[in-house]
Amino acid sequence: MTEPWWISLIKAAVVINLLLGVFAYTTLLERKVMGRMQLRYGPNRAGPFGVLQPIADLVKLIRKEAFTPTQALDVPYIVAPVLSAFTALAAFAVIPFGEGWHVWRWDVTGQIVDVPISLILIFALGSVGIYGFIVGGWASESKYSLLGSMRTCAQLVSYEVSLALSVLGVVLMGQSLSLTEIVEKQGDTIWFAVPQFIGLVTFFVAGVAETSRAPFDLPEAESELVAGYHTEYSGMRWGLFQMAEYVNMITLSGLCVTLFFAGWHGPWAPLGPLWFLLKVAVILFVFIWLRTTLPRLRYDQLMAFGWKVLLPVATLNALVTALLVVAID
Amino acid sequence: MAIAPERPEIYAGSRIPRIPTVLELPAALRDSDDVLQVNFGPNHPSTHGVLRLVVDLHGETVVGLNAKVGYVHTGFEKNMEAKTWWKAITYAPRIDYLAYQANELVFVQAIEKLLGLPLPEKATWMRMLLCELNRIHSHLVWLGTAALELGAISMFWYCFRERDQILDLSELVTGYRMHTRYFQAGGLAEDVPPGFYPECRRFVETMPGAVDQYEDLVDRNQIWLKRTKGLGLLSADDAIALGQTGPVLRGSGVDWDLRRDDPYLAYDRVDFAVPVYENGDVYDRYRVRMDEMRESTRIVEQCLRRLERLDGEPWIADDRKVVLPPREELHTSMESLIHHFKIVTEGYRVPEGEVYVAVESPRGELGCYVVSDGGPRPWRVKFRGASFVALEATATCMVDAYIADLIAIVGSLDTVMGEVDR
Repeated sequence: MTEPWWISLIKAAVVINLLLGVFAYTTLLERKVMGRMQLRYGPNRAGPFGVLQPIADLVKLIRKEAFTPTQALDVPYIVAPVLSAFTALAAFAVIPFGEGWHVWRWDVTGQIVDVPISLILIFALGSVGIYGFIVGGWASESKYSLLGSMRTCAQLVSYEVSLALSVLGVVLMGQSLSLTEIVEKQGDTIWFAVPQFIGLVTFFVAGVAETSRAPFDLPEAESELVAGYHTEYSGMRWGLFQMAEYVNMITLSGLCVTLFFAGWHGPWAPLGPLWFLLKVAVILFVFIWLRTTLPRLRYDQLMAFGWKVLLPVATLNALVTALLVVAID
Repeated sequence: MAIAPERPEIYAGSRIPRIPTVLELPAALRDSDDVLQVNFGPNHPSTHGVLRLVVDLHGETVVGLNAKVGYVHTGFEKNMEAKTWWKAITYAPRIDYLAYQANELVFVQAIEKLLGLPLPEKATWMRMLLCELNRIHSHLVWLGTAALELGAISMFWYCFRERDQILDLSELVTGYRMHTRYFQAGGLAEDVPPGFYPECRRFVETMPGAVDQYEDLVDRNQIWLKRTKGLGLLSADDAIALGQTGPVLRGSGVDWDLRRDDPYLAYDRVDFAVPVYENGDVYDRYRVRMDEMRESTRIVEQCLRRLERLDGEPWIADDRKVVLPPREELHTSMESLIHHFKIVTEGYRVPEGEVYVAVESPRGELGCYVVSDGGPRPWRVKFRGASFVALEATATCMVDAYIADLIAIVGSLDTVMGEVDR
């Protein structure tokens, strides 16, 4: 028997809380890893090894004044962070973290909802989430925010094209848009990271740009635009933007694991969701590593790279894959 | 969005705007609604201190620029006129807080020139050593912050690792980590403490490796090269016309270094090269500073070799009218007690006259003009600051620049606002 609605609801509650937990500890991981890479300790005061730091941060953010500039357009100003955070969290709903289990008399799937077009859903939600960043910066009525918004607009829209194109190869090889089926296919044959290596690289690069992480952190380039689109935000509204950014990063890592690293399958030992988590953690580590190492690109270089390098490579990859899939069939 | 500006290798003719510090809006954009005026500073994450740049933006392109200074004006020069000569020394290092040793040196040298005091051998070499350590320190802070502004955040901590060693050395020898006030008219305030030479030698041995590490991290990084090469151009002629000195001038291909061309202390007795690069862009200024760190390390090493043989020699001139008598003499000698009392209360008198002394600070020619009316206080003190002059080149360098370049270019000029505003 397939699962009833209330099981999905329980799963949603569990996953959303887990996701928020992972988000909180990603911030700690980032600060710790960056600290170590930069000859520092990172946070180590709140609790042993600083493990309570995310909680302290949360309490601080909630208690802070949520400041609104007088000139800001109230409704979009408040809605923007909520929208970003919502879409970021919602996108994770379709990412499969396990094979699915048989509990009593129900077949419980390994994600919150199994949508046959889950890949498209994730990109759609991502595109809506971008509006949060754009509108937030625009509604703040600040020049820095406006510039940040402009950059977000240009960057995220440009790189989304490459991001979508880079997974086309995987879709062709998996012959499905359902993430569960793509993972199953990889479990049966080979991890797509091997045949789709170029796809993986373009996906990852476009993904870093899509989550506006260094070296593509132009929308919030601190040394240039103070804080970009969220310059005028404070308190938990700012926290929601941060949450959206980190959750997007986690979702993207999850998607990367699903598409290229066979999701919950491991090289040995059927640990299921643990493999998934481990792989996500490794990819998150790479995100952080990049941030500590690389300088930031300039706006025109970013655009040139996106349109002149990444997009042709992604297109070519999809094209060659399509030809090969047809030829082998 | 504006079309990507073309980036020529180096330009011909002069690019200096009508008012050198102001880049005026092109006539076509003057009444346009597309131009956004933004204040970068005086409070902004990337400005060094409190520089305020009023920038006109057309999309991401910088089309107008107006640099405003004066936010940390504290009246150092005027204050120094109200203090006795030996108390005024304390003010000098605080003007340029990254090149404190050079500032101290230039003022002390001005006093010595007026007094005609000879400098003992040990003081000469120790001053050189500390000034070169200070040059490395200043360049390290520059490299760290400039890289931070371009987004390479980790460089900051790597640079500060070595910087901290220099500050430790400074603490060991002078008792202070910065603003040491170790140079005294006639020599040094104290003898070099035992244990300094081996510690310093250890630093000299590790420093070249550290510079290699920095280069490994950024110099072959495509993003770094793309962000620094071919932008912020300043031709040799423009650099001279704008009175540039130091790494900015040498990065534009002019071979000029006061340490070699107008030697002071004992720079004519050490072996070092003056790095010169031709392209006049941000990258070449970076290269000059990297090479200078290596050369400074070599100078420090040569100073050390000399100093180790000068153990037990005097560190300050033997002139009781200017130099404080040794502490132990105060209990036994009436003359010493009187001298001590006179110097501490009234201060020593400096003969009437005026001098201009210039040294090569990490930022270029640092000059000090001093007038004495023969009294215990300077009648007029005026500094010629290299960063103030470097800031005048901002508008000239800013042709065809994006916002991100603006940050890189202002960073590459290495201005210290304390010295600009004084």
